[in-house]
Amino acid sequence: MNFAIRTENLGRVYKIRGGKKTEPKSLTALQDVNLEVQPGELFGLLGPNGAGKTTLIKILTTLLAPTTGRAWVADFDAVKEPDKVRPRINMVSGGESSGYGLLTVRENLWMFSQFYGLSSAVANQRIRDLLEVVGMSDRLNTKSSDLSTGLRQKMNIVRGFLTDPDVLFLDEPTLGLDVGASREVRRFIRSWVDGDATRTILLTTHYMVEADELCDRVAIINRGRVLACDTPTNLKHRLQREAIFRLEVSPLNGKGAQMFENLPGVRNVAHVEQDGSSVLEFILENDDVVGAVVNTMTSGNIHILNLQKREPTLEDVFVDLVGRSMEEVERTQEEEAA
Amino acid sequence: MATGVPAAPSTLTTPALRLDKAGGWKLFLKTVGARAYPRVIGAQREKSWMFFEIFLPLLAVAAYVFVYRAIQAPEEYIGFVIVGGAMTAFWMNILWSMSSQLYWEKETGNLALYIMAPNSMMAILLGMAFGGLFMTSVRALVIFVVGSWLFQVQYQVTSFWQLFVVFMLTMIALYGMGMMAASVFLLLSREAWHISNLAQEPVYLMSGFYFPVKNLGFVTALAASFIPLTVGLDALRQLAFPSGSSLGFLSVQVEIAILIGLSIIFLIGARWLLAYMEKLAIREGRLTESRR
Repeated sequence: MNFAIRTENLGRVYKIRGGKKTEPKSLTALQDVNLEVQPGELFGLLGPNGAGKTTLIKILTTLLAPTTGRAWVADFDAVKEPDKVRPRINMVSGGESSGYGLLTVRENLWMFSQFYGLSSAVANQRIRDLLEVVGMSDRLNTKSSDLSTGLRQKMNIVRGFLTDPDVLFLDEPTLGLDVGASREVRRFIRSWVDGDATRTILLTTHYMVEADELCDRVAIINRGRVLACDTPTNLKHRLQREAIFRLEVSPLNGKGAQMFENLPGVRNVAHVEQDGSSVLEFILENDDVVGAVVNTMTSGNIHILNLQKREPTLEDVFVDLVGRSMEEVERTQEEEAA
Repeated sequence: MATGVPAAPSTLTTPALRLDKAGGWKLFLKTVGARAYPRVIGAQREKSWMFFEIFLPLLAVAAYVFVYRAIQAPEEYIGFVIVGGAMTAFWMNILWSMSSQLYWEKETGNLALYIMAPNSMMAILLGMAFGGLFMTSVRALVIFVVGSWLFQVQYQVTSFWQLFVVFMLTMIALYGMGMMAASVFLLLSREAWHISNLAQEPVYLMSGFYFPVKNLGFVTALAASFIPLTVGLDALRQLAFPSGSSLGFLSVQVEIAILIGLSIIFLIGARWLLAYMEKLAIREGRLTESRR
């Protein structure tokens, strides 16, 4: 296998039907995506909701046709050769409610294993092993309708690993899991890929920590375009020269962060409201610029409650590339949708 | 998952022989069996069906029996009603379960997983059909046995072999129709409910569930014959009752030929529509999109 995943100018435009009197609208979900993922790699797609991550996964899992470009999975064309791609892949989505509530956890997992041709003996052994890994051995015979959201998601994760695919697509796999469970799942995902050089995972997430901690390489995606693609370390090195400051200040009360954007040396500023305070994240050209920022605050009667300099994170990389934080992007999208 | 959970067994994470996976016909059969399983097991776990799908249909059957007895209709009519009542279970299963199944699979997210898996979607539909057929046969049998016992119905089967062939062909054609309808209902999405509602009572009437379909007149009965239950039920009655042939619509041989034709048409139609549905789902992306 040369590439586990490869895309070439991949694009997808959805036609959204209007009412009887309105023309259908077009929505560009993906645009000119070029990716190459090596076998054995844990590759992350990082972006806000609506960035095009799920659309890309759907194309790669043969569930959706692209409108432009081409995609290959395990060296097979995802559009022209779906029958060759499908035996080699599996997918788990966060928050999915697949399976049947009347069946037990074991029965649901067994049923899905049969669709991939596993023998019942092998499937049952793997179900027991995997349920132990996710801490659900005692739920083997629990009806899936009796599971909590988190346990249900763990069952879905087991379903994905059960068939030992060459390429596994995990679309927000830790959605709905508590912190401890997410950590354990991440640890298992990492060990699964490391255990065999032919296994590949493409993982989408909008959790920066998840991408940073887990992925060999990360592609940052927004509005259907891949903005950067590299190892988390290299991505963060992009901001090595810059200084990153986090300031917690008295509520801005509608003043917004625009007042800082035109200050010389301010590369980017992201603004998040908290209970009783505002948090501003600055990417500055160098440490000296912080003086001008503080002066502007003082003259604007904004009280500084906390000031911290910190190392760059993937969130900062995202802000640097997009101009806004992921949270702001998602909020804007929600407002536009409303 | 609590901390301190045992490490992953080495068979799951270390290099190992990749799993042997069946393909071809073996995969097809495994898929059929696995998809039939929820239906078969569901009947044992959800006991409420006994009330809704045995007791209530028996009440409907009883109403017709009392009417026929009150107007002193030929005694065979009582048997006709019992057989019709039992076969109602299959129509209900086709209409409310089989036809709308792909729509529900879409809503729960299963449809995308079915399409993405290496199995054939036809095997998934066949699995649904076999599961539904098994579950419904139990219900139909209970209605048939209890109804026959309650109302002392006398049967006189002229040919068990033909009776078996007619029943099997009726089921193949009927579930073929259900498999075809599953794709149609998915394409129509929410309007599927209206179709189910719309089709229920008219089919009871047109298929002659509670009376010989011959009474509707030749043209109406012929038009109703595209529903496999119409000719299937008529042939079953002709073979199970002494005066059945005099009340029959067409000869049993002709009805068997019609059932064979319908089976072929519906199964080919199901396969074609399924392929069309999958193509459309992949092209537009909306058929695998859950609304939740």
